[in-house]
Amino acid sequence: MFTFISKRILEAIPTLLVLITISFFLMHAAPGSPFSSERALPAEVLANINAKYHLDEPVINQYFYYLGGLLQGDLGPSFRYKDFTINELIAQSFPVSAEIGIWSFLVALILGVGCGIIAALRQNSWVDYSVMAFANLGIVLPNFVLAPLCILFFSIYNHWLPPGGWNGGAWPYLIMPVIAMSTSYIAQIARITRGSMIETMHSNFIRTAHAKGLPKHRIIFQHALRPTMLPVISYLGPAFVGIVTGSVIVDVYFGTGGIGQHFINGALNRDYSMVMGVTILVGTLTILFNAVVDILYAVIDPKIRY
Amino acid sequence: MITTQDKIQAIEQFAEQVTEVEGRSLWQDARRRFFSNHAAVISLILLTLITVVSLLGPLFSQWNYDDIDWEALSDISVLGRPNIENGHYFGTDTLGRDIFVRTLQGGQISLLVGIMGSAVAIVIGTLYGAASGYIGGRVDSVMMRFLEILNSFPFMFFVIILMTLFGRHIFLIFVAIGAISWLDMARIVRGQTLSLKNKEYIEAAYACGVSTPKIILRHIVPNVLGIVVVYATLLVPNMILLESFISFLGLGVQEPMTSWGALISEGAQNMEIAVWQLAWPLAFLVVTLFCFNFLGDGLRDALDPKDR
Amino acid sequence: MTISKTLIASAVLAASISALQVQAADVPAGVVLADKQELVRGGGSEPATLDPQKIEGTPGSIRSKDLFEGLYNQDGDGNQIPGVATSYDVNADNTQYTFHLRKDAKWSNGEPVTAEDFVFAFTRSVDPATASPYAWFMEIPSIVNASKIIAGEADPSTLGVKALDDHTFQVTLERPVPYFVKMTSHQNMFPVPKKVVEKWGDDWTKPEHMVSNGAYKMDEWIVNEKMVFTRNQHYWNDAKTVINKVTYLPIESPNAELKRFQAGQMDLSYELPNDHYKQLLREIPDEVVVTPKLGTYYYQFNTTKAPYNDVRVRKALSYAIDRNVITKYVTGVGEIPAYSFTPEVVNDFNPETPDYATWTQKQRNQKAQALLEEAGFDKSNPLSFKLLYNTNENHKKIAIAIASMWKKTLGVQVTLENQEWKTYLETKKHQQFDVARAGWIGDYNEASTMLDLLTTTHGNNDGKYSNANYDKLLHEARTMQNPAENYNKAEAIAIEQDMAVAPIYQYTEKRLVKSYLGGYMPNPEDNVYVRDMYIIKH
Repeated sequence: MFTFISKRILEAIPTLLVLITISFFLMHAAPGSPFSSERALPAEVLANINAKYHLDEPVINQYFYYLGGLLQGDLGPSFRYKDFTINELIAQSFPVSAEIGIWSFLVALILGVGCGIIAALRQNSWVDYSVMAFANLGIVLPNFVLAPLCILFFSIYNHWLPPGGWNGGAWPYLIMPVIAMSTSYIAQIARITRGSMIETMHSNFIRTAHAKGLPKHRIIFQHALRPTMLPVISYLGPAFVGIVTGSVIVDVYFGTGGIGQHFINGALNRDYSMVMGVTILVGTLTILFNAVVDILYAVIDPKIRY
Repeated sequence: MITTQDKIQAIEQFAEQVTEVEGRSLWQDARRRFFSNHAAVISLILLTLITVVSLLGPLFSQWNYDDIDWEALSDISVLGRPNIENGHYFGTDTLGRDIFVRTLQGGQISLLVGIMGSAVAIVIGTLYGAASGYIGGRVDSVMMRFLEILNSFPFMFFVIILMTLFGRHIFLIFVAIGAISWLDMARIVRGQTLSLKNKEYIEAAYACGVSTPKIILRHIVPNVLGIVVVYATLLVPNMILLESFISFLGLGVQEPMTSWGALISEGAQNMEIAVWQLAWPLAFLVVTLFCFNFLGDGLRDALDPKDR
Repeated sequence: MTISKTLIASAVLAASISALQVQAADVPAGVVLADKQELVRGGGSEPATLDPQKIEGTPGSIRSKDLFEGLYNQDGDGNQIPGVATSYDVNADNTQYTFHLRKDAKWSNGEPVTAEDFVFAFTRSVDPATASPYAWFMEIPSIVNASKIIAGEADPSTLGVKALDDHTFQVTLERPVPYFVKMTSHQNMFPVPKKVVEKWGDDWTKPEHMVSNGAYKMDEWIVNEKMVFTRNQHYWNDAKTVINKVTYLPIESPNAELKRFQAGQMDLSYELPNDHYKQLLREIPDEVVVTPKLGTYYYQFNTTKAPYNDVRVRKALSYAIDRNVITKYVTGVGEIPAYSFTPEVVNDFNPETPDYATWTQKQRNQKAQALLEEAGFDKSNPLSFKLLYNTNENHKKIAIAIASMWKKTLGVQVTLENQEWKTYLETKKHQQFDVARAGWIGDYNEASTMLDLLTTTHGNNDGKYSNANYDKLLHEARTMQNPAENYNKAEAIAIEQDMAVAPIYQYTEKRLVKSYLGGYMPNPEDNVYVRDMYIIKH
């Protein structure tokens, strides 16, 4: 286990470096700059701004400045939000998205796995169809439809919940974002769990267990659940990263101030340091949770070797 | 044991009878199982129907997908309602364009995008994941780290640069969608492969000297198809919605052409005042997704090598 | 209107202005105020900065008007009224302005607002080290040495601004610019607290450090969630201010904003979704407020490229646009059809109606067909081109409608091309377009803010229109006491004669305002001050 973890940490460094390098140069290759605007700036004014942000130097120099800052844990000043640094912006917005994300993840995991198992055990019955129909609706209703629907229902027709805001994460402000965020994940987890469970129930060792006359709940929880979870966990790794890094729709509709908005706006505004900041964040989380998934594989199936 | 002439004859006769019974191949078996699954067959019929209607339906309307009904434009929330008389069976959008024709025209694009995206995911994702998991060791590490890089990469810049380099072309949507659709699939398949690798039959094949590509294609891939099919059906709606975001960035479908993703996101803006603008394209997407879903399950059951 | 006319005409005499009434919440008799005077406003997108000298864009601008106060403010009609300055004198050749500052103006930390703070702010704006994107705003009135300092050729301390004493601030211009005083209500000329900025550097705008001189001060700033201002007890006119707390919600999507408004979480919106306008007008007519805005929406022709270098083609395309249909049905939010480049709402100048504006659409269409044929395009040789716009629901609708009109009337084949914002700007900047959507919102209430745009050397003249007479007229107008005549001639050249661009409509400011909110007075430049507002008991 120790060698596995240290090996992964050692691999993470070059992986991140490659990610940073490719992203950095690709980003600078895109048309437009952080300071191009509808009002074309007079050349002298633009020159002063570019000088301040080193944009007048070759991209390769900018790259090394950036790496230099990064080594000291400095993600640089935001090109767009001039009053803040990227460190400050991420420190402010990531916890919001992470809180929504973790709640959504728990809800999605419990409901998704639950629905999937129930549907699989009653395969092709009305229970299966209705549970899966519900789950599928979650996939088809995109969150940009679901979010305004939630607001219409909970805040405009009934004044049950505030239509937006965050207020430090008070629970009334948390409910709608979690609904909008978790629905499609519930559905996807349910579908994968169901498929996997059906496959497991058809395999020889479950048949043997049945033949031995073991009670059904013991078969399910002691024998079938572990192999069923294998593909679910493969899915959950990237899904977890996606869920804690928020969604632009949730942030815009509910005004939560989460990090999701920064992904889209960072790129649209050509806020170079913001794009790099969120890319590094996602990269680190992806590497981390893929390692966690690999460890979980070994826990579930001790025969797995890498 | 002494065998008599009679017995030999009887055996020969029996053998002749046996050879007359036709052997069934794996694929015939699968087909038979598939067609006995009613939900899957109905879904297949419906999907075919939706495809045919998308292609031919526009011919049965007096409107083109880019026609503006200047009269209806004056008050969409009243004159733009679904109405048989003026030919707007599904109503009009905020510009007075016919939703019926646009939904069908959008269906052509979206079905193509959904199916192509899933196809790329199935082919590349499965092979990549299976290879990575089966070969293991350093190759697995490198392949997985590469996947992590692609996963975290700022996708929007990829799209923007594609557009500035090559201009707008429908083919580029497939490049952009194809570039990301297979990533999660590859991870899932790799996970399954890791566990399959230790199964007796794979070890037996390896011991018999079967080559690596053959083991992957013949033994690993058929055994992960179940989860691949399920995940591929999940991808279809994601791809359809992703297309509208790519169009937002300037690559992809260009107005006045449309797609379900674009229609739904436009409709969502006006759901309180003109619900038909959202309802029709969404209904088509829902039905299509359900069909893909049952079709996927049917295929999965039919192709499951364990289940016979 | 009369006040600002006086402003210019009487520039020499001056000082009469101090007698004018000062704006503040003007609660009519009989109105009962609510107990809770807290306002929640939609704020557009999150502002890039709150540093007055660095602000660009409306979201930052509207917030700065509550935090800071410049020499002069504007009333509901866009006229100048005293702010930190109570009056000013000007020398005989109209190049030296001396502002008399009120003695009771204070920063939110209790220290007085001095002329030194203005000197510091003006200098800061042009100092290359500040890297202000609005530095050019100081060049427009030709403040002495502004251009040289920006170009790095002179020391920032040589700028033509001086503190004669604590309460007398003097600005020297290189040439007389009649609209200089109007420009002082722009945030770029707002004062900043010298001591605070020197102490914290770039960090001075952090909520915990910021000190301001407006009616409100910063309390809380959570990016993309909210910005909360509370009353500045030291504000000189605090006694007349009614609202105690202002919250700005940064919401980019007008639809999302509408939901917040409908749910009762917001009192004053930033905008409203066009498609909902008619419905809102039916349901809550009292709460929909549409006012003209100083800006024009237009289509730009790439005049460097054939056939758009042919005036006949440009005219044909422009004539064939049915502006009434666009404004009435496609956008449908009370915009005024535009036939000239300068919007009517601009002060001191009423653009003459060009001929083609008086024709019927049918006449225009016939004329357009004839012109296009003359230029060599017909059914066998149809004109076909790309129409560029930045991705946006409204631009898309207009583009589709106009493309359809062109197709119907002229048989022109139009391919629509949308691009995300920054790509669109690059494409336009490098003239890689045929016809492109464009829009311009004026920076100050004077016609040159629009007309300068079509001069040969202007940085935003992406269509590269160039006409020596036009340039000359506008150059002359800069120093004229009454430039309206030149502006009219310029309009006639650029639009009537050359159709450099096809004006489509004049912008409007459209907002949702709760009926219990009093004192909301949008003017053409959208200088709205929360200190003028009050919440009625409801």
